[in-house]
Amino acid sequence: MKLESNIPSGPIAQKWEKRRFDLKLVNPANKRKFKVLVVGSGLAGSAAAASLAELGYQVECFCYQDSPRRAHSIAAQGGINAAKNYRNDGDSVYRLFYDTVKGGDFRAREANVYRLAELSVNIIDQCVAQGVPFAREYGGYLDNRSFGGAQVSRTFYARGQTGQQLLLGAYSALSRQIGAGTVKMFPRTEMLDVVLVNGHAKGIVVRDMTTGEIRSHAGDCVVLCTGGYGNVFYLSTNAKGCNVTATWRAHKRGAGFANPCFTQIHPTCIPVSGDHQSKLTLMSESLRNDGRIWVPKQVGDKRAPHEIPDSERDYYLERRYPSFGNLAPRDIASRAAKVVCDEGRGVGPMGLGVYLDFRDSIQRLGKDAIAARYGNLFHMYAKITAEDPYSQPMRIFPAVHYTMGGLWVDYNLQSTIPGLFVAGEANFSDHGANRLGASALMQGLADGYFVVPYTVGGYLAGEKPNGGKADGAEHRAAVAEVQALTKRMLETNGNRTVDSFHRELGKIMWQYCGMARSEKGLTEAIQRIGALRASFWKDVKVTGSGENVNQSLEKAGRVADFLEFGELMCRDALERTESCGGHFREEYQTEDGEAKRNDEAFCHAAVWEWKGKDQKPVRHTEALEFENVHLAVRSYK
Amino acid sequence: MKLKLHIWRQSKPSTKDNPHGDGRMVAYDLDGVSPDMSFLEMLDVLNEQLTLKGEEPVAFDHDCREGICGSCGMAINGLPHGPERGTTTCQLHMRSFKDGQEIYIEPWRAKAFPVVKDLMVNRSAFDRVVQAGAYVSVNTGSAPDAHSIPVNKDDADKAFDAATCIGCGACVAACKNASAMLFVGAKVSHFVHLPQGRVERERRARNLVAAMDKEGFGNCTNQYECEAACPKEIPVRVIAEMNREYLRAKVVEEPPSGKLISGPG
Amino acid sequence: MSWISSFWRSSIGGKVTMAVTGLLLYLFVIAHLLGNLQIFAGAEKLNGYALMLKNLGPVLWFARIGLAAVFVLHVVTAIRLTRANRAARPVRYAYEDTMKATWASRSMVLSGLSLLGFVVYHLLHFTLGVTNPEHHALRTPDGQHDVYAMVVKSFSNPAISGVYIAFQLMLFFHLSHGFQSLMQTLGIHHGRYTPMVKRLGWLLAAAVAGGNIFIPVAVLSGMVR
Ligand SMILES: Cc1cc2nc3c(=O)[nH]c(=O)nc-3n(C[C@H](O)[C@H](O)[C@H](O)COP(=O)(O)OP(=O)(O)OC[C@H]3O[C@@H](n4cnc5c(N)ncnc54)[C@H](O)[C@@H]3O)c2cc1C
Ligand code: HEM
Ligand code: HEM
Ligand code: SF4
Ligand code: F3S
Ligand code: FES
Repeated sequence: MKLESNIPSGPIAQKWEKRRFDLKLVNPANKRKFKVLVVGSGLAGSAAAASLAELGYQVECFCYQDSPRRAHSIAAQGGINAAKNYRNDGDSVYRLFYDTVKGGDFRAREANVYRLAELSVNIIDQCVAQGVPFAREYGGYLDNRSFGGAQVSRTFYARGQTGQQLLLGAYSALSRQIGAGTVKMFPRTEMLDVVLVNGHAKGIVVRDMTTGEIRSHAGDCVVLCTGGYGNVFYLSTNAKGCNVTATWRAHKRGAGFANPCFTQIHPTCIPVSGDHQSKLTLMSESLRNDGRIWVPKQVGDKRAPHEIPDSERDYYLERRYPSFGNLAPRDIASRAAKVVCDEGRGVGPMGLGVYLDFRDSIQRLGKDAIAARYGNLFHMYAKITAEDPYSQPMRIFPAVHYTMGGLWVDYNLQSTIPGLFVAGEANFSDHGANRLGASALMQGLADGYFVVPYTVGGYLAGEKPNGGKADGAEHRAAVAEVQALTKRMLETNGNRTVDSFHRELGKIMWQYCGMARSEKGLTEAIQRIGALRASFWKDVKVTGSGENVNQSLEKAGRVADFLEFGELMCRDALERTESCGGHFREEYQTEDGEAKRNDEAFCHAAVWEWKGKDQKPVRHTEALEFENVHLAVRSYK
Repeated sequence: MKLKLHIWRQSKPSTKDNPHGDGRMVAYDLDGVSPDMSFLEMLDVLNEQLTLKGEEPVAFDHDCREGICGSCGMAINGLPHGPERGTTTCQLHMRSFKDGQEIYIEPWRAKAFPVVKDLMVNRSAFDRVVQAGAYVSVNTGSAPDAHSIPVNKDDADKAFDAATCIGCGACVAACKNASAMLFVGAKVSHFVHLPQGRVERERRARNLVAAMDKEGFGNCTNQYECEAACPKEIPVRVIAEMNREYLRAKVVEEPPSGKLISGPG
Repeated sequence: MSWISSFWRSSIGGKVTMAVTGLLLYLFVIAHLLGNLQIFAGAEKLNGYALMLKNLGPVLWFARIGLAAVFVLHVVTAIRLTRANRAARPVRYAYEDTMKATWASRSMVLSGLSLLGFVVYHLLHFTLGVTNPEHHALRTPDGQHDVYAMVVKSFSNPAISGVYIAFQLMLFFHLSHGFQSLMQTLGIHHGRYTPMVKRLGWLLAAAVAGGNIFIPVAVLSGMVR
């Protein structure tokens, strides 16, 4: 597997400009002869599909929901970063770049991150022009807030629904093109394989989720924007349909999978209330701007929160990280919560929770001010827990939230399969071992609006249009494989539901590959996942037929992939014998429990190559050079 | 909790001439429901049981399960998204129901939303309305600096209030006339409150209303049930604004240049 | 001018037609009530008013035709919209419930159709004198059509009064929703004033229906004789 990162030469600030100039252009008259298949309609997918269509390419766009507007980007709450420096508080492209590299614990590619920071500025302009109703001040100018451990106010937001508003902006741009007939939209259509024609990605196999038809679509290149794989943990803040299927099946066709073990556990989610739980709900981290996190000093102190005097409360983040306090980065805040709960000081029915207390800020700013800032979040919390966060502290606990790992891509966002581009959360490129708050929306839109449209053109300029015929041998073979797999799942007719397998896998992943990982646990997990996978293919029960809507069948396909992917995640975590960002290996920590990086051995991206069913995958590496931000121990004390 | 559920089961999609399909209400007894479950988690439990019995689980749309994607939605005892105000079905919790209660669960009922299966309907009519003009015609890259046009805060807030629509279709489901005016009004209102959107306001009003009518939604007779059912509490103000915009575009403003001016030949 | 028909056919165009015609009808009903209330000022006054109207000649006919046209348009549009609305929901809910919609708002067709029935009867009764020719035939000493006597005689009959009173209730429901409804339809909605408009609409409807009801009641109770 060749890992050519393709980073342009020259000083970091000129790299993207240089690349844009070096990329070959497609003659305008020829653009409409090329067909681009965009899988996914989230921020990355909608933005890419709309922008490519505006340029004149034929575009086909796919999503599994009934409408492109429902992609999980819709759920993002907090905000989106941009180095506008409208606040005049010392922000700059370089600072955003610096913070992101450092926040990623030096496991991201400098050149990509710099480009991301550079483009962040254009994103806000584009969204405002589309009519995205960002929060504004009385002067009529955009409001900003500080978010997720940043010391400058560079986060743009739309109440607690930033992702929704940004996605609706991209969706409106996409809809405009669909209306104009330049994009053909395929909702309720799930991608199940990539079709390679002499080594290049030239099509995909899909299942029409209403008719059950399995067919292939031909194109001149494929752009995967299929989001993250957090649902490998079963319980996460992802939507129920989020999956690894698209990227995993591409991986099995030869796309390298980078840093699968880099997952982000978000510190502020609503704790689990029972076994029936089907998903976890995030409470935006912006709450940490005004809420103070604490647990009782006493182990097993069961008093109601208001009965516990301050002297007997442990505001552990403020104690351990005086300079960042409650705003310590996510990985750090999450691990700290785990530590106090492991000590038996957790709160709530299951002892798996910590308090997020607004008492002091309500005293300081008044209830109305707090309601104005977080009203909808408090409302959501009250709805789910039937507790009133104005009068008693919220209970929160970390939950799987984001996956930094993904398909490996070069600087042009092209995977190891020529013609297969990967954008948004689905790729691994920009966040290293930990993502800073409000930077994923930024990445999805930067990739979709401003990177893919150029780099795809650069690729197509060297290709001949294939006329979109999907009847070649490669297509027929790929369709047949998917049909066989579907048939097998329908015919197994065992005695266990798909969900029961998914739940069990999730428990294994959370216990051994969650906030803290160890050699012993990971080895155990790998062995148990293998056993569970074997049992899945014997005992799974999928009722109904393949000829119409069959949600169990859809789930079965996704869980089957998670069962293979989960094992790779554990392998990756096992081989990375260091702690960095979201990846915490118990064996590698400082005496005061902080992550201990090993830059000599692991200053690289681990890229896995699929070697076939039941074969050990092969681990390749892409060395990471840090010429601008110098390797340093990340400290938030 | 113990519940008696009456659920609409329909295996084949509805068609124009057979909107009813092969659908019928089927009764199920469900035990061991916890008040902390969401309504959809309650249905998950039922579906697990049905699957193990070898039956087909109840099909229903859902994804985010946190009230923002707009996938979920069913009429619960005649009320879209159930009895709680400002709540989607996925955020509705069983503590809103009584032990032993009978619950009738039906799909959205509208000609423009044909049933796909069980509780799942086809809402692509909404997408087609949006494609007809619920956007600002701006290409990627052609935007000026975000601060080049200040926007009055109240306008921005009004636009936001309309823009929070999640496209769930409960307004249509709740309206006696299966009218989509709250949804479409929200789009009109969102853009008309922003300077970026005002540029093509007449065209937008004309095209959105035309597209809405083409889909076969009913007409609004100002019953305001949609507002009560809307999980995002979109105000019926947006319908008044749409009426105003449409009148402006059709009656007040000059017709689009070229139209209605019959030159020689 | 094709845009008129395209406007009328559009959903909002239809709504607006209802609103405008509804408003005109509303104004007529109010004016009509004020005219009728002159019955309390005695026979001369009311008959004089009737005579004055009659003497308007062509103007009166012009007004009548206009009114009839408005009425027909209102009804025709109502029927068109109602049929479209029914068609928009081919399968009904097995279990129906509402949170906010008022009975009046959900029953505009019912109240409207009964008003149609009322108007037909009413015209046959007072204007054309078909139902009670004996009342219609009454003449004043100087040979004028004795509207005063006609009304008093008719309403002295509890059955006739009963019918009138019953229909006025329908008028009340129709207008109680109608007023704020037409405001909303015409795009007049305001955070501060709309709640007032709703209350005002209710009071106005109550006043109109009440005023109409007061006449037969007054006759029955012998207050007017
Ligand atoms: C609750 C929550 C809150 C968040 N808050 C923030 C925040 O405040 N700030 C921030 O910067 N980031 C936030 N994030 C992260 C951010 O929202 C996501 O990383 C980002 O939106 C991902 O966008 P995407 O386009 O890559 O993927 P998505 O938006 O997930 O889109 C995936 C698309 O791919 C399609 N798809 C997937 N699989 C298939 C398949 N097999 N076949 C066909 N189609 C498929 C789906 O239909 C969908 O259209 C949050 C995430 C969550 C879950
Ligand atoms: C003197 C008689 C009548 C008066 C004063 C009257 C007045 C009104 C008014 C003010 C409205 C509200 C318009 C709007 O909602 O925008 C209305 C609506 C309506 N009227 Fe009438 N109307 C009368 C007779 C009728 C008749 C005979 C029918 C027969 C079907 C009818 C059917 C309707 C219907 C269905 C509506 C609802 C339309 C809507 O609310 O948008 N009306 N009417
Ligand atoms: C109790 C209440 C009412 C009384 C006492 C009353 C009385 C009358 C009288 C006396 C006339 C005949 C006038 C003449 O021939 O010179 C008349 C005509 C008429 N009334 Fe009424 N009316 C009442 C309510 C209504 C209502 C509610 C409506 C409408 C819904 C209405 C509609 C008409 C119409 C359309 C005419 C014909 C007008 C014309 O001939 O030009 N009336 N009414
Ligand atoms: S207006 Fe409200 S009810 Fe209608 S689609 Fe939007 S959110 Fe749903
Ligand atoms: S309920 Fe229906 S009648 Fe109008 S106000 Fe809402 S659309
Ligand atoms: S599932 Fe997304 S809104 Fe209910």
